[in-house]
Amino acid sequence: MSLTNVSMTVNGKAMSAAVEPRTLLIHYLRENLGLTGSHIGCDTSHCGACTVDVDGRSVKSCTMFAVQAAGATVLTIEGMAGADGKLSALQEGFREMHGLQCGYCTPGMIMRAYRLLQENPNPSESEIRIGISGNLCRCTGYQNIVKAIQYAAAKMAGLEFKEAAE
Amino acid sequence: MNDAPLPTSLERAEKLQGMGCKRKRVEDVRFTQGKGNYVDDIKLPGMLHGDFHRSSHAHARIVKVDTSKAKAVPGVLAVLTAEDLKGVNLAWMPTLAGDVQMVLADGKVLFQNQEIAFVVATDRYIAADAADLVEVEYEALPVVVDPFKAMAPDAPILREDIKDKKDGAHGPRKHPNHIFNWQVGDKEMTDAAFAKAEVATKDLLSYQRVHPCPLETCQCVVSFNKITGDLTIYGTFQAPHVIRTVVSLIAPVPEHKIHVISPDIGGGFGNKVGAYPGYICAAVASIVTGLPVKWVEDRIENLSTTSFARDYHMTTEIAATREGRVTGLRVHILADHGAFDACADPSKWPAGFSNIVTGSYDFPVAHLSVDGVYSNKAPGGVAYRCSFRVTEVAYAIERAMDIMAQKLGMDPVDFRMKNFIKREQFPYHSALGWEYDSGDYHTAMQKALHTTGYRKLREEQKAKQEAFRRGETRELMGIGVSFFTEIVGAGPSKNCDILGIAMFDSCEIRIHPTGKGIARMGTKSQGQGHETTWAQIIASEIGIAADDIAVEEGNTDTAPYGLGTYGSRSTPVAGAAIAMAARKIKAKAQMIAAFMLEVHEDDLEWDVDRFRVKGNPEKFQTMTALAWAAYHQVPPGMEPGLEAVSYYDPPNMTYPFGAYICVMDIDVDTGVHKVRRFYALDDCGTRINPMIIEGQVHGGCTEGYAIAMGQEIAYDSDGNVKGASFMDYFLPTAVETPHWESDYTVTPSPHHPIGAKGVGESPNVGSVPCFANAVNDAFKFAGSTHIPMPHDAYRIWQAAENLGLHG
Amino acid sequence: MIPGSFEYHRPASLSDAVALLGRLDSDARLIAGGHSLIPMMKLRLAMPTHLVDLAGVAELKGVRLEGGDIVIGPMTTQHDIVASGLIAEHVPILRETAEVIADPQVRYVGTIGGNVANGDPGNDMPALMMALGATYVLRGPDGERRVAARDYYLGLYETAARPGEVLAAIRVPRPPPGHGFAYEKLKRKVGDYATAAAAVILTVSSGRIATCAIGLTNVAQTPLLANDAAAAVIGSALDKPALARASAAATAAASPAEDGRGSAEYRARMAGVMTARALGRAFARARS
Repeated sequence: MSLTNVSMTVNGKAMSAAVEPRTLLIHYLRENLGLTGSHIGCDTSHCGACTVDVDGRSVKSCTMFAVQAAGATVLTIEGMAGADGKLSALQEGFREMHGLQCGYCTPGMIMRAYRLLQENPNPSESEIRIGISGNLCRCTGYQNIVKAIQYAAAKMAGLEFKEAAE
Repeated sequence: MNDAPLPTSLERAEKLQGMGCKRKRVEDVRFTQGKGNYVDDIKLPGMLHGDFHRSSHAHARIVKVDTSKAKAVPGVLAVLTAEDLKGVNLAWMPTLAGDVQMVLADGKVLFQNQEIAFVVATDRYIAADAADLVEVEYEALPVVVDPFKAMAPDAPILREDIKDKKDGAHGPRKHPNHIFNWQVGDKEMTDAAFAKAEVATKDLLSYQRVHPCPLETCQCVVSFNKITGDLTIYGTFQAPHVIRTVVSLIAPVPEHKIHVISPDIGGGFGNKVGAYPGYICAAVASIVTGLPVKWVEDRIENLSTTSFARDYHMTTEIAATREGRVTGLRVHILADHGAFDACADPSKWPAGFSNIVTGSYDFPVAHLSVDGVYSNKAPGGVAYRCSFRVTEVAYAIERAMDIMAQKLGMDPVDFRMKNFIKREQFPYHSALGWEYDSGDYHTAMQKALHTTGYRKLREEQKAKQEAFRRGETRELMGIGVSFFTEIVGAGPSKNCDILGIAMFDSCEIRIHPTGKGIARMGTKSQGQGHETTWAQIIASEIGIAADDIAVEEGNTDTAPYGLGTYGSRSTPVAGAAIAMAARKIKAKAQMIAAFMLEVHEDDLEWDVDRFRVKGNPEKFQTMTALAWAAYHQVPPGMEPGLEAVSYYDPPNMTYPFGAYICVMDIDVDTGVHKVRRFYALDDCGTRINPMIIEGQVHGGCTEGYAIAMGQEIAYDSDGNVKGASFMDYFLPTAVETPHWESDYTVTPSPHHPIGAKGVGESPNVGSVPCFANAVNDAFKFAGSTHIPMPHDAYRIWQAAENLGLHG
Repeated sequence: MIPGSFEYHRPASLSDAVALLGRLDSDARLIAGGHSLIPMMKLRLAMPTHLVDLAGVAELKGVRLEGGDIVIGPMTTQHDIVASGLIAEHVPILRETAEVIADPQVRYVGTIGGNVANGDPGNDMPALMMALGATYVLRGPDGERRVAARDYYLGLYETAARPGEVLAAIRVPRPPPGHGFAYEKLKRKVGDYATAAAAVILTVSSGRIATCAIGLTNVAQTPLLANDAAAAVIGSALDKPALARASAAATAAASPAEDGRGSAEYRARMAGVMTARALGRAFARARS
């Protein structure tokens, strides 16, 4: 099968690789570009561990061919910290609130949370849970992930995060 | 001269970030940036990819395997079958349970999706194409999927390879499909108690087959260096040293030339303890080609062929007096092990620690008998936070206690409290042979009742039942209670070994001249946060800040030998080794301090991070100063340096316990439930990091919720596996998952150096029966005594329909 | 996990897409959002040798008002359906349905055209389109034709579309202002297909149901228009007996498959329960 050159902007940089049409975007990112932060957790498009941001949309990169994303603007977990290495509010929130354990769902979760907060900067707990319903986690039971996202939302709004009393 | 006041002991202790504080995790720095190093992230020069062709049949003779089309695909280097593996004596491999297992199908297949051929190619897309081109001719054989029919006189014989063996690894076999019988307790006295019982219950309590399903599947990269003869294996291994020893016993490479490395692991939950055909085939392929070979299974492969959990069918009987005092417990378990007994139990325990089935209750006599059988299903059985079958029997005893309470007309909490082992009875010798180390059940239960307002909930439930009868509501309320005692920390060498290696664990600590250090252990975190918590133990023990201790696990070349992380054994065993190693360092430092301060050792006292002279506190030496001194100023006759190793053989298991209460509302007309409240009180002894404990409780309860309310790996009568993908396997999202309230009491383990018991498995042990009891509790008023799991909407609806509640 | 090989085409116009389909062999498939097709390709249940990607065809996107119809481009994503002010104002049941399809990521990419076009009985939009009396505009080599949604679904993955035809537009007649609507979907979890679902559109006049259409999702090999259930409530004030008759009629019309969601009997009964609940909500929303 002949290879075709697929280019897109990834984390602000112009990237290009020769791939088959059937090469999944997740493999393009992980294998061709060496960006192994996004993960594969299933084969039926349910788990969301592969979630990245494509042209302003949360996308499961395992359910898109790289060729479909030609010319797109893509943001992955590797692009979330600042150029100076400063962590984003979400990355800080996940650590502060113990929103991760094994770390495998975390990049997809953070990338989805990123777009969620762009859609809705001040989501309620229910909106957060619906907002991340395309991302599965086996370790945390989601409760601290919700807190992590609330922390980030508060920080991005210049506020201090206060945990709700139990 | 600094005029600022000297930091107090408390301030210095806080800076250490030692035990008891919510230290933020070290691991998170790399994980939140996508810089974890998981097996599939590894890329070695020339690396090849392996993929399996798997069986479509559950039980069939293999007439022919044609690999010619697969081999002809450009980029394919090899296609291995059992015939190829026979040449290196690896067509079969030993299991951890004393059985043998096919690596590649040898003459027949025994479960759907069993491995038949292993394709090795230059990239994973080509490997997948070629795997599809392997052609297999089958001759179908009759299938066994009902364990209750496995030992029928006319049952098809599954394991033809051992059909003439009258004895298995655990004693005599009564049928070709029988694996073992294991019994414990006093049968005569138990039968006598039942013969004269005033009240008795007997119920078949089945715990369905499920799968631990970590988000990262099982995978490895194996690299054989033909020049040096070194075999390097990166893999998702919860017990890397055990893997190394097992490989050395079956492969033509000696143990000192095998280097097993577990990098970051994306969840284990017992799925990643044993060895799988993928690891063996990748190793053979690497040895043959001299190139690294990567094998990564996909999700359907993971759910349908790697270590399943449960499939225990427990006939549970309780005998009691009319006043509600239990007089006997009798349990028979039929255990469906699948096609091969690949259970990851300690070797003398074919049914794990199922004799903890007496639970939190003072049974004067008890008897347990377990029969394991083969079936045409995937092999495994011990996984999914089970603590070695503890989840299974905790479900049985907690359901059975509820059923007996119902028969007696007693509240399930009152019945339990009447039969709890009392605080004064510890250490407690159970009727089935365990010595429980410590417990205070009444205090924990009272705290749970008080916090949840239990009695008021019962009043509300009564009112709602009356409203239901009057037709004013179509919702039923259930209150689930479970009070579990579980057994972890495997384990003492006198009764715990894996393939003959005792289940100790280890820690090696080395302190550098500048007062920082590095510590390595024989355990392997898959999300439990050991890089964070192990340093907290060391910090508290020797007064060096946790941030100044690097923690490493998983590299068998550098880490001292350990039995790995599963069954909540890390804190009880390795945690003890860490404390002991730290105390050796502290003891040496004390001698150096005495030498430097020119006093006798006994004249020194410890103050957080320093030794000071008793009665003369201005004379002190900090641990940091002592570290420096260790490298140039040791007393005559003492070796320089500051390091220690401890291999800890625990004197006993530990016994965490807990009180869980669940309030559930059920829509009778759809079977849909809503968890109104879930309260989990855990006693894991000394609490090293409360934040991490809470995370373990959230995660374990979420797993338990999924198990109780919908998970199942089922088989139809032809042996086709159902529910082995995320289309059907119930993994709740953030929307379905309930809110968790966690609480605690602290009853330290008297035999553990820091009094800690372990907590990872407890929430799965405790939550499943709690949810099941809540569902069952909702329907008691209509005369129901037992509804089996999983409690998905359909099955709850069907129960309501059978009870005539749909009018 | 790994799909088979194919050649990839990305036409810039609808006529190019139709011409391309005509030239390629019958193993060519259209790809819209790909969130039905790509999962099937990864399991190798579908192995097309050519994929014709409609993402570049601008004329297939967008939502507009045209006289009495809402005209929806098939490449409009579920996310855009939820965000559309026109839809929220004129056909809010579309928004309520889109919100319970799959999960946020799938809604960002999955299209309404992909949801209605291929005859998958699990999809939510087809029954809704039948209840709304929508029309599909199909463009083929011989030009354009219109097929009512009610006539489009013939069997399991079998539709009235001819080989080489592309769905060009979905025309939904605007329900009258003040209409009542509800989509009631029973599912095991977010992201699952319906155990049973009911779409109800009705109007109320002087406190009684004047018109009613009920669509049922995933309880037969095709989406169903539950005419008997609708007839049972027309003329009523949705009293208990009428509701019970509608529910029973919906159950009788259903012939669901037994699967992980439950037995055939359970799912058929749930079709009845969902119908009753959707009727209740729709009636409460309606203005006389």
